[in-house]
Amino acid sequence: MSSFLFSLILFGLRMLIWMQAVRYQAFRDRLKEKNFTALMKTKDGKTGRYFTFKDGKVISSGRVINSADVVLTFKTSEIAVRLLMPPIKQLEQINAMKDFLLNLEGPDELTSWFTQTIMMTQTVGWKFGVDMGNGVTRYTNMTNGGPVFLYVKDDKIIRMTPIEFDENDAGPWTIEARGKKFTPPRKTSLAPHGMNWKSMVYSPDRLLYPMKRVDWDPKGERNTQNRGISGYERISWDEAFDLVADEIKRMKTEHGPGAIANSHGSHHTWGNVGYYLSADFRFINTIGMTRVLHNPDSWEGWYWGASHHWGGSLRVGQTETYGTVEDLLKEAEMVVYWASNPEGTSGAYGSLEGTVRRKWLKELDVKLVHIDPYYNDTAQFLGGKWLAPKPATSPALAVGLAYVWIEEDLYDKDYVAKRTTGFDKWKAYVMGDEDGVPKTPEWAAEQTGLKAKDIRALAREWGNKKVYLSAGGWGNGHGGACRNATGIQWARSLVYLMAMQGLGKPGVNMGGLQWGTPVDTNLYFPGYAEGGISGDLHHTAMSVELYQRMPQLPSMNTVEQAIPRLYLPEAIINGEATGYAWDGKTIEAQFNKISYPKPGYSPVRMLYKIGGSIFSTMADCNRHVKMYQSENLETVVSQAIWFEGEAKFADIILPACTNLERPDISEWASLGGYAYHGETQLNHRVVTFQHQVIEKMGESKSDYQIFSGICERMGLSAYFTEGMSELDWAKRIFDGSDVPQVVSWKEFIRKGYVVIPAEKEELRDPVSWNWFYEGRKKDVPEPMPLPSDYSEEYLKGIQTQSGKIEFEAESLKRFDANDPERPPLMRYNAPFGGEREENYPLRMLTPHPRFSFHSQGDAKDTYINDIKDHRVKVGDRYYWIIRINEADAAERGIKMHDLVKVHNDQGAVVCAALITQRLPRGSVHGYESCAIYEPMGTPGQSTDLGGTLNLLTPMKSQIKKGHSMGNSTALVEIELWDQGAQTAAVTPKQEKEMVPAQ
Amino acid sequence: MSKWNLIIDIENCTNCNMCVLACQDEYHGNEFPGYTAEMPKHGHRWIEIMRKERGSVPMIDVAYLPVMCQHCDNAPCIDAAENGAVTKRSDGIVLIDPEKAKGQKQLVDACPYNAIWWNDDLQLPQHWIFDAHLLDEGWKEPRAATVCATAAITAKKVDDGEMAKIAEAEGLEVLHPEYDAKPRVYYKNLHLYNKCFIGGSVATNQNGVEDCVKDAKVRLMKDAQLIAEATTDYFGDFKFDRLDADSGAYTVEVEATGAQKKSVDVELGESVTLDDIVI
Repeated sequence: MSSFLFSLILFGLRMLIWMQAVRYQAFRDRLKEKNFTALMKTKDGKTGRYFTFKDGKVISSGRVINSADVVLTFKTSEIAVRLLMPPIKQLEQINAMKDFLLNLEGPDELTSWFTQTIMMTQTVGWKFGVDMGNGVTRYTNMTNGGPVFLYVKDDKIIRMTPIEFDENDAGPWTIEARGKKFTPPRKTSLAPHGMNWKSMVYSPDRLLYPMKRVDWDPKGERNTQNRGISGYERISWDEAFDLVADEIKRMKTEHGPGAIANSHGSHHTWGNVGYYLSADFRFINTIGMTRVLHNPDSWEGWYWGASHHWGGSLRVGQTETYGTVEDLLKEAEMVVYWASNPEGTSGAYGSLEGTVRRKWLKELDVKLVHIDPYYNDTAQFLGGKWLAPKPATSPALAVGLAYVWIEEDLYDKDYVAKRTTGFDKWKAYVMGDEDGVPKTPEWAAEQTGLKAKDIRALAREWGNKKVYLSAGGWGNGHGGACRNATGIQWARSLVYLMAMQGLGKPGVNMGGLQWGTPVDTNLYFPGYAEGGISGDLHHTAMSVELYQRMPQLPSMNTVEQAIPRLYLPEAIINGEATGYAWDGKTIEAQFNKISYPKPGYSPVRMLYKIGGSIFSTMADCNRHVKMYQSENLETVVSQAIWFEGEAKFADIILPACTNLERPDISEWASLGGYAYHGETQLNHRVVTFQHQVIEKMGESKSDYQIFSGICERMGLSAYFTEGMSELDWAKRIFDGSDVPQVVSWKEFIRKGYVVIPAEKEELRDPVSWNWFYEGRKKDVPEPMPLPSDYSEEYLKGIQTQSGKIEFEAESLKRFDANDPERPPLMRYNAPFGGEREENYPLRMLTPHPRFSFHSQGDAKDTYINDIKDHRVKVGDRYYWIIRINEADAAERGIKMHDLVKVHNDQGAVVCAALITQRLPRGSVHGYESCAIYEPMGTPGQSTDLGGTLNLLTPMKSQIKKGHSMGNSTALVEIELWDQGAQTAAVTPKQEKEMVPAQ
Repeated sequence: MSKWNLIIDIENCTNCNMCVLACQDEYHGNEFPGYTAEMPKHGHRWIEIMRKERGSVPMIDVAYLPVMCQHCDNAPCIDAAENGAVTKRSDGIVLIDPEKAKGQKQLVDACPYNAIWWNDDLQLPQHWIFDAHLLDEGWKEPRAATVCATAAITAKKVDDGEMAKIAEAEGLEVLHPEYDAKPRVYYKNLHLYNKCFIGGSVATNQNGVEDCVKDAKVRLMKDAQLIAEATTDYFGDFKFDRLDADSGAYTVEVEATGAQKKSVDVELGESVTLDDIVI
């Protein structure tokens, strides 16, 4: 019986192939690609069918033949029927593969073509996009700046817009507060870098063909010293794949495991299939590569500092944010934005969603304070009191505030007694009982450059009001001052302040209306940190939920060696580096010291870089130039979209396409993992099908296709792809989520998006920390801390040893009670000082940029270069902006938009000066991550014209016993740039050679 | 007859540049025959944002002023155009015909708002066309309004009488009414851009300890006339706004319970942040 059914299914497949070929040109084209014979059969050879593909025709018969190029064998016909009979169950398929019930033989290029062609019989008829008439189709996609409609005609993007909801889309929520009703508009917002995408896709700097550095010969002279200098020649994809695969094989056979390292940025183009935590992690594990371990780059102070006092290690030291938008609007009398510029940083992925909510603040009687050396975009929008401490000194302000509260009895003594431990020690430090130095407002004023009267006024107002503290761009941490030399102190001190004011009391919480909207947090769609198709249970959050919902083959990296990212150059150049792994599962995991090289592994000889330019985001980045030119690196591969950043230091360049040129699926601002329920930044949850809106530019391929091509040459493609295209994977993610409960697949891929209905008012999430304030069990919908991390009873108390907010952290007492950089009780340790500060008297802030997304969107001849707060054109070049106080500028003879040299003992960068009153004297400000590095002479040793301010920032970890950047404030001097020197020092020859060979 | 108007609230412009980028997205790489030729990739700012910082550290504010073709009812460019190259539509929108206007560089100089740009490659004067091609297709508002997250830019299609009422009720102004061009672009809170403030902070010093003075009465005097009154906030701050630049001598008088009255003379050029007034 099963044998008959199997025959019938195979016959059905034959008919389906025939039928789809009749119906669809795309399928007819597909069939013309290969000539070969595939056989599907049972192991005993009794039942089967072969398919011969020849010049677009398919000959098939229900016979088992002896010679076939591809053979797919099922153990028995029962198993074959079980696996092939619709509806196909993914778990059964995966189990069959794991249990060796299936076997696929043949050359990889044919096996993957065959399986994906069978899959295509299901997908070829799908209809994507909405017909708008006149030959225009409206597609949907998701950028890092938010979801977009794309109007496309004749394979050309005409325009892109945010999404305006139609009458069928779910309605918004409403919050009633103080007699007013607040409802967000029925549309999506977009960040400036999202609005910039058309010019990014059509940028003249797109990499359109695979290329090889002209003087790099894998069989002869590699000329590693010429990386960043010599030019490129175009090669074919076959040559490129062969070169990369051969080098991978050579590394493994000649040097052994560990010789290949993979480096990716902290972000990528959006999409759960194509994201680096998805496709790249699957690739890393399939090949076996040394990982470049990231530091918690936007959370440093919270992770290494705050988590010891209030837990939250699985939020990288930040706190829960549920229900805080409603609570703030209803209860708060004051909001203190401290190093917090959500208008400028768009919540990373949150578009301008928080903007409309902050506009509501103007309608309420809520006092606002902005503590930031820069009069930032949020202060500009909202107004209020601006306090500008000297960069990297504001932990001293926090100590001074605590002094006033203690002195004038302005803190919540009951809360401190019941919900905290160690307050006496804090009090002893603050009041000077410990060290003889009372930390008065006058003391704090001396440290910060603020006025003592303002510190006292702020303390009194704060101590007498219900206050929300918005720290960093998300309000609960993230960015802001946590990335400078005193970032850990800052985050710790803010926890203390909130503990003194009764964190969790109505109106007293963390946030600035950026997180914590009343969307439905229970309807599941995976965030990108859940690893998509990675199969990686170790380095992603897949094990939490996605793995069970979307069964896939597990992937595991056999190379356990890792390099702490901040010391990647040292690891390569010196052959060794140590650091601490970022592992948030528990507070103590951050004490895990790692060393490179790991015993028994090969040092890294080959670097596989994927994604955008991260060069300019790393501290003291001339080190990276030296690394790339080191002969210790025999091979450098760069898989990139644009010719910028480290792509110019590669030996082999693999051109990747953008997310507009491949299919994918995703939810807006949904990160998962360490930023659980990131969609509460949004006014409406929106899940998109990311249409492929145009053909791929040039010969570029998607990351997934590039990885597949390399895997094909190593016999690994069936394992890597599971026989699936990106479209098939997108469908599997859809099926694994709860989105089918609200929209059919057919409608979803046509329309391109679905709005998840807002939560019913009576079912909204409770307010974060309120359970703690009231002494109840934890009741917010987050699965952290892990069950075993509760000290007394599950859901009772927080993650710390005592279950309370610990002024003196037990974890740090256990780890190293005598660490002067991170003592168990936070103490203010002034940054900088000494001779260096005399030579370089300006403190330069390098925060996240407003108009580009890190380096994404900057340069490459895009629209945003015309924004005068991003770059300014002087002569024929667009220069990076450095902001400087009017008096500081006048003293140096600098006028508006003069070209200036920003420099210190690490290097020099030419910028255009923006003269302003938005900074006090002594502070200067320039964004941290341009996309380009344009040395005037020898790379790594000369003045940069591109705007890479991180050439000047300190590489020193904030603390030795951590792996934390402290580079968002640097000491520099600024002087007028002698433009005459420009022509003398630039080597035009070199620039010309670096133009892509197109 | 209802006509298009644009209303821009300076208080809510954050300089996010979404309107500027949306304009580039719409017009670069696209031509819309009968409406406009393609916009150059760089150099043209059909929507431009002007910046104004007022005051000095520690009390400042910053206003942004989006400026674009004002679609004037008494448009100087129409008068300056030859062979009817610039027309006024019945819905109020001014269009420069991309064919007829070829070579007419004088249109650039004719616009007192500097909102007409010269396209050197096409030898064509160009401007922001209010997205007329989209409105004619049924779009409800121009893209600059759609993408504005703060609704600082809104479009209204109403008859002129109705618009006059709205302008009156909301205190809307036009840029440079003295040009008599009768723009259809209205601004709210324009004073944040084109007026000045005098601001400062009141403090006491008792036994060497400085403190902010809340609820001090501050009076702004000019020629012995009371211009405005304010009460200091908890930081001791006060601010008198909507003053004309270069309007001459003022006196700031401060009075607080238990302290001697104090006054400070100010010569107003641009906005002034005074040194702390210690009483």
